[in-house]
Amino acid sequence: MLSNFLSRTIHRTRLPDYRLQAGTDAAVAPPDALAQSGIRPESLPRHVAVVPDGNRRWAQARGLLTPDGHEVGRRALEHTMEVDYLMGMIERTIRENVDEYERRENGIRVHVIGDPSRWPESLQKTAREAEEKTRNNSKLHLMLATCYSGRWELVQACRALAHKVQGNLLRPEDIDESMLAGELQTSAAAGEFSCPDLVIRTSGEQRLSNFLLWQSAYSELYFTDTLWPDFGEAEYLQALSSFQSRERRFGQRTA
Amino acid sequence: MAGSRTSCSPSADPKVEKTDEVVTTGVLASLQNFLRKCLIAVLSYGPMPKHIAFIMDGNRRYAKFRSIQQGAGHRVGFSALIASLMYCYEMGVKYITVYAFSIDNFKRDPSEVQSLMELMEEKINELLDNRSVINKINCKINFWGNLDLLCEPVRLAAQKLMASTAGNTGLVFSVCMPYNSTSEIVNAVNEVCAERREMLQIEHAGDCNGYAANNGVHSEISVADLDRHMYSAGCPDPDIVIRTSGETRLSNFLLWQTTFSHLQNPDPLWPEFSFRHLVWAILQYQRAYPYLEQSRNLAKKQM
Repeated sequence: MLSNFLSRTIHRTRLPDYRLQAGTDAAVAPPDALAQSGIRPESLPRHVAVVPDGNRRWAQARGLLTPDGHEVGRRALEHTMEVDYLMGMIERTIRENVDEYERRENGIRVHVIGDPSRWPESLQKTAREAEEKTRNNSKLHLMLATCYSGRWELVQACRALAHKVQGNLLRPEDIDESMLAGELQTSAAAGEFSCPDLVIRTSGEQRLSNFLLWQSAYSELYFTDTLWPDFGEAEYLQALSSFQSRERRFGQRTA
Repeated sequence: MAGSRTSCSPSADPKVEKTDEVVTTGVLASLQNFLRKCLIAVLSYGPMPKHIAFIMDGNRRYAKFRSIQQGAGHRVGFSALIASLMYCYEMGVKYITVYAFSIDNFKRDPSEVQSLMELMEEKINELLDNRSVINKINCKINFWGNLDLLCEPVRLAAQKLMASTAGNTGLVFSVCMPYNSTSEIVNAVNEVCAERREMLQIEHAGDCNGYAANNGVHSEISVADLDRHMYSAGCPDPDIVIRTSGETRLSNFLLWQTTFSHLQNPDPLWPEFSFRHLVWAILQYQRAYPYLEQSRNLAKKQM
């Protein structure tokens, strides 16, 4: 259940900060690990989304969870405690790392997306502060999706557009894909990079669970059996390698 | 498929040899049928999907590997589609959806688009003229997509086929053409906004306090409202989405509807997709079923 909830509430997206740009003198040399594994730096994904699934199963496999949990009532209580624990953990993680993100050489900008009305007050405050502190960074964007759902995000966008229609600012037939995309939370955070090139889901679950529903229309999906706590650099390089072996056509054909 | 049964004695006469071949083929076909039914009966002990969606990828590559024309690859693909439809019907799958043509595909070479449109028109007209397949499975056929983008003959044929099968109550076969999930979602948003505006105008006509009515109506737009305006309204979400030829992406197919769908990407190209691949797909689904169900139930509780 923990892994299930975690996959629904904690999603991290990251723009790799070592992409080479043609014609730019300030190109950053790729790390050795990349060069050694045969990954081509010129065709790395710009936006990687991760569904970090499998934490509970990892804990269970190591005997770190209590074995008995079959009563419905106890499960319901566990679920509430689990949610509270996760919210606290997310808040602590942001607070502990924001100073490091803020430092110019790291250049990490934090965005927290999702339904803020479901976050505790303290998390709302921490999220706002982190976003404010890292506002001027641009090297790498870290998006944390908390209490997020792709359908919810689209409903919010629909409500915003309906409001404009009712205010006579717009006719329903004028609404097109770019207008709707512009109302999504990820658009405010990542602009033209809203759509992930690669979506990684760990623990062997082969489904999207409502994550970046609109934005992942053309994303390459990578499913791995590795549980999230075991997903390290080697596994990530494997995902990148798999990404580079794919032919992306976007509905058209290559010659 | 039942073959003919005749008794004969072997001889050097080619006609008799051919009859032998027919007998052997007939007996083999019957044995195949029997084995298939047994396998389906065994599979049915586990949870069976009600709705399977297919992204029929690989027709062109199939044609290339076999050095045949592109159009021929699509034709073989169509035969594979009908075969899969019949197998799914035998397995008790109630809803089949296929990604026949994406709106993005219009950007392809015009001659390929033209030949695809001609093939679709030909096949739709065949189904209209020879209703044996449709009648056998009491099939209701839907076309999901922006039909206005189709040329008139294809559009009219599609509308005629939809109308003539609208009353059928058996298998529901939905053909997505020309379709994009993002277009479908935008279309649903348009309709919801237009609906809300109309409701507001009606309320405003009968009520002086327009501002209060505006706020009340606006805050009620929900997932259910958008659901109602999707092309797939009334149809359950797919249990399995199968994309052939090994590609692992949805390519703008049923993004709204596939939250809990089990995504599969078998290696065979679409024309090679056969009964055994379908069986394997269902076995994988059955393996993942407990976790899928748990996720669905948890999501329902949280709504």
